[in-house]
Amino acid sequence: MKRRYLALQIEVERMPSEREFIDAVWSSIVQLYGEFGASQTGLALISYDVERNSAVIRTALGALSMVRASVALITSLAGTKASVHILAISGTIKSLFPKPMQK
Amino acid sequence: MQGDRITAMTRTFADLHLCANPKESEGLSKMASKAAKLGYTLMGVPLSPEKCEEEYSKLRNLDNADRGDFASRVDLKPKSQNELIRLLRKLRRKFEVVCVMCENKEVARQAAKDHRVDLLSFPSIDFRRNYFDRAEAELASNSSAALEFDIKPLLALRGPSRVRLLSGLKREVAVAREFRVPIVVSSGANEECLLRKPREMAVLAELTGLSETQALDAVSTNPQAIVKRNRAKLCAGYVAPGIRVLKEGKDC
Repeated sequence: MKRRYLALQIEVERMPSEREFIDAVWSSIVQLYGEFGASQTGLALISYDVERNSAVIRTALGALSMVRASVALITSLAGTKASVHILAISGTIKSLFPKPMQK
Repeated sequence: MQGDRITAMTRTFADLHLCANPKESEGLSKMASKAAKLGYTLMGVPLSPEKCEEEYSKLRNLDNADRGDFASRVDLKPKSQNELIRLLRKLRRKFEVVCVMCENKEVARQAAKDHRVDLLSFPSIDFRRNYFDRAEAELASNSSAALEFDIKPLLALRGPSRVRLLSGLKREVAVAREFRVPIVVSSGANEECLLRKPREMAVLAELTGLSETQALDAVSTNPQAIVKRNRAKLCAGYVAPGIRVLKEGKDC
């Protein structure tokens, strides 16, 4: 199965935990596309950097537009106003950043 | 496909509805620089009809090297056809973008027919007051009006309200596409956290039924074409489409 990795920039006053962040992403997908749509994404959190306010998630290629739209619709994280921007999309983790961000 | 990819790579993006308060310089400057950082080269800021020149000169003088270009915009909310005509007569030459918020059918019809109107905006939340039908789209396609919708309600609403909003937008977009009415997608953001990157806005626009290319056009080509056209019309030497005064005097 072909996959895509998305590098995300999180703009928030207080960075949430990894669990809170990925829950927010799942919640956004479920709200927009339902449980069936969410099941098709194959979503996984690859890495989460609190200092750089960034994260890398993985999704199935066919669900890429769903995940992009869902991520753009995130307006709060752990009760705080937030926005999540997509920095890069790539087929490999290595090509997302100059130095790879490994968990 | 390759041509579309190349075009997408060289696009410049515009957000014609940045709802920052022009009276608050600091807030406006922050939003403008944030928008510029996100990738917008052109921003439309709604100004008040009474203090248009003062507010526009404030925009131009913002001390921020990273900000993009600004276009002056006015949002009209007339109650009747006559009021719309009166406002257009008074304000058209003062603003680069004129948007009409169509609150009733009479205003919607007149706005669609009138060549002085650039953008048509419909109350998306109340699906019972949706006036963008086929007749409206046919009128708009013959004039230069484009259909505009904001991303902000999509971000703010949840559950059944968002479902209704999306289905209303899908219907409007389908009608606009059928009659080849240009579509403009704007943020409608009044806070920094509601701003999204242009490609993220395009992806959200695709939720309404637009293709990838059409969605990208809605945040780049279409809004820029409106501002370019109006700036040409508002400049001093303009006579008619394709005709400009280059030089005046005895030695022409």
